[in-house]
Amino acid sequence: MKLSLAGSRSALRRIFSDKLAARSFLLAASLPLLLLLLMAAALLFRTLPIFQFVSPWEFLTGDLWRPSQGEFGLSTFISGTLWVTLLALILAVPPCIFASIFLVEYARRGTLRGILPAIDLLAGIPSVVYGVWGLLVVVPLVPRLGQFLRGVFGDLPFLTSSNPTGFSILAGGIVLAVMISPIIVSITVEVLRTVPQGVREAALAVGATRWQAIKHAVLPNALPGIIAAAVMGLSRAFGETLAVMMVVGNTPAIPRSVFDPGYPLTALIANNYGEMMSIPRYDAALMGAALLLLVVVIIFNVLSAMVLARLGQEVSS
Amino acid sequence: MDSHISIKDLNVYYGANQALKSVDLEIPRNQITAIIGPSGCGKSTLLKTLNRFHDLVDNTRVEGEVKFDDIDIYAPDVDVTEVRTKIGLIAQRPYLLPMSIFDNVAFGLRIHDMTNRREVKGHVEKYLKLAGLWDEVKDRLTQPATSLSIGQQQRLCLARGLAVEPEVLLGDEPTSALDPISAKNIEGSLKELKSQYTIVIVTHVLRQARRLADYVVFMYLGELVEAGPASKVLSSPKDPRTKAYLSGEM
Amino acid sequence: MSMQKRWWRRAHLEESLFGVLMRLSAVVLVLALAGILGSVLVRGLPAMSWDMITKAPEGGFYLGGGGGLLNAILGSLYLAGGGTVLAFLVSLPIALGLNVYAPSSRWATFTRLTLDVLWGVPSLVYGAFGFLIMISMGMRASLGAGILVVSLLQIPIMVRGMDEVMRLIPSGQKEAAFGLGATKLEMARAVVLRQSLPGIFTAVLLAFGRGIGDAASVLFTAGFTDRIPTSLAGPAASLPLAVFFQLSSPFPEVRARGYAAALILTVLILIVSGLSRALARRLSRNVVN
Repeated sequence: MKLSLAGSRSALRRIFSDKLAARSFLLAASLPLLLLLLMAAALLFRTLPIFQFVSPWEFLTGDLWRPSQGEFGLSTFISGTLWVTLLALILAVPPCIFASIFLVEYARRGTLRGILPAIDLLAGIPSVVYGVWGLLVVVPLVPRLGQFLRGVFGDLPFLTSSNPTGFSILAGGIVLAVMISPIIVSITVEVLRTVPQGVREAALAVGATRWQAIKHAVLPNALPGIIAAAVMGLSRAFGETLAVMMVVGNTPAIPRSVFDPGYPLTALIANNYGEMMSIPRYDAALMGAALLLLVVVIIFNVLSAMVLARLGQEVSS
Repeated sequence: MDSHISIKDLNVYYGANQALKSVDLEIPRNQITAIIGPSGCGKSTLLKTLNRFHDLVDNTRVEGEVKFDDIDIYAPDVDVTEVRTKIGLIAQRPYLLPMSIFDNVAFGLRIHDMTNRREVKGHVEKYLKLAGLWDEVKDRLTQPATSLSIGQQQRLCLARGLAVEPEVLLGDEPTSALDPISAKNIEGSLKELKSQYTIVIVTHVLRQARRLADYVVFMYLGELVEAGPASKVLSSPKDPRTKAYLSGEM
Repeated sequence: MSMQKRWWRRAHLEESLFGVLMRLSAVVLVLALAGILGSVLVRGLPAMSWDMITKAPEGGFYLGGGGGLLNAILGSLYLAGGGTVLAFLVSLPIALGLNVYAPSSRWATFTRLTLDVLWGVPSLVYGAFGFLIMISMGMRASLGAGILVVSLLQIPIMVRGMDEVMRLIPSGQKEAAFGLGATKLEMARAVVLRQSLPGIFTAVLLAFGRGIGDAASVLFTAGFTDRIPTSLAGPAASLPLAVFFQLSSPFPEVRARGYAAALILTVLILIVSGLSRALARRLSRNVVN
């Protein structure tokens, strides 16, 4: 039997359907980029009118937000977002890394096997439920914590506030920290488990203690993955809306202390979209805030991809 | 010599690295050809040019001519799936398809338009027998293929490869992952099959080449050093590099 | 000798210090997470009643009157269900495009980066984008618009989940199908789809969970109503928004219903998660490890 050169009908049919599939799947795979570009373009298009009244610089750094008087400065809200997100990261990342190390390196296999499904489950719990927990548990605790700190240490920078309620940056940070911790732990555990056993043994064989082996051998190997985990947590915390809105106070003033209330960008948009069509240029300003969120997320991801690519090379070499 | 595949001035590049350098080779029909040489010499690369597996990898370039009978399998109007149907491959490890034992063999039949159930069944039985696996699996054909031992899995892969009725069988160290008894089974099957098939295997076990091969090809650093009937190449090699390899100095 | 001793002491001090830190972290984490489920249970259970899951709000509901949350339950199921179906129809081809037909690995890397960015884009931004599209087409906040936006939000989650399992398929297994003369499409069906079937299901259910729990995207696009949604063109309520709106009420009875809504939402998520585990196990019968 000879090779039929694109011969039989069935071969033609098979090749045709394969080519058709190739076209459509590749077309589908170009949709994510298209969606991202479309999103950026649509938001930018709606934002541009605002720049006829305030310069982009004023828009980002101005601290007056009086839409009915045509004053649009986002700095209060940007600082609200920064405070809450940074606080969440500080509160979440170190304990999550420690807890993951404990689960992988120290705990019994059974403990890990029992806890992992629970962690994955918690990663799927809707953010609004974390918000409910924040309202019920965190917000009432925060003023007491404030009083306690004041009683022990007196006035401290970033820790002293006249805010009598618990609706504060700290409450937002705690809620977000707990919300992102299942994600961070789940990825970090995965990463630590893929570090080859030989890496640990090499360190232990030269007389290192267990923690030294982890510090000097395991963690450097796992670093790219841990960074990726932190970036994912960061993305979630940064863009969270409802859970933060419920506990953060939503007062448009730049916070001086973690016990002050704050007003993140996401809360600004969600609270005011209802009347954005009734005040001139309000819609443009709010869409500008959304565009800012989008741009920051893009920058995060590109930066972390670059860092990870660099680290990946170092680890593999 | 009646050659089944003939290779002329074959060069393969992985990016900027040249993995095969101007290889010329005639592969005899209905014989077992063994490609031998130290690791990294281009044995597997050469084998993969024969069923156009390099198409699957980025940045790989194949230049030259590979004629299967009279058809250049790299010609633009040749359908690559047809090439791979005619030239089958037994991989280093048994890579199962995620299906039942029966479906693993039937898969190839079905994609090549065998729709009649009874016909499919008959073929599956025939090739499982040919691979010497039928008696062991005939009562559990619907079980997942993963339930087989690794030696059985490799014979299942052999049956699967035979079922699409190729004319050439390529083996990429087909026994290297197996226990000695399974390896012996596969070797036995290959010997039986050579009356109907042209067989090309890559092996790094010299004794296996001695046991199986009618024709031997020695590769070194991407070059084809020496090729000829097994009796000649293995007992009285001409090239000093072949001599060194055979005597274990490489 | 003394230096060695000091070194040894420091190493062990460090060891026990970090040992304590690690255990403490693990305990705090577990306590916080258990506290979440606990507080939702404790506050939600007393407010639960048969009416909550079988009735839509009746007159004066937001002042403490009768009725239940069926509008939000159904609305959420429709939004997440519809979104999941749409997202699946797009995500599977994307994942296959990435893993079977990618013209080069650089192209695949770039597309994956794009998907990572989309994964990180806040759902609020999806909502704002959906809102813009909606008003530019003259549409009102509606179930249909909500479903569309939820599906956009789900696509990166789903593709990511599918891609993760598809990437793990060894090339030798794909080559096994190619070696028999299979086209890429035939290989995809025989190997990639079957091998990643459990992972695909997990990804779909994960995306469903995210869809049902998301509020910020539907806030703009699906609106909220006390009626049970009957058409794609009308607005639809959702559980997360029901939680949010009712918790901002001054009436304790209404806030209690917010807790009930949170409990229902959590239970739905637990069901989805349990389902995904059970299904994944069943579907992995033929999968090659």
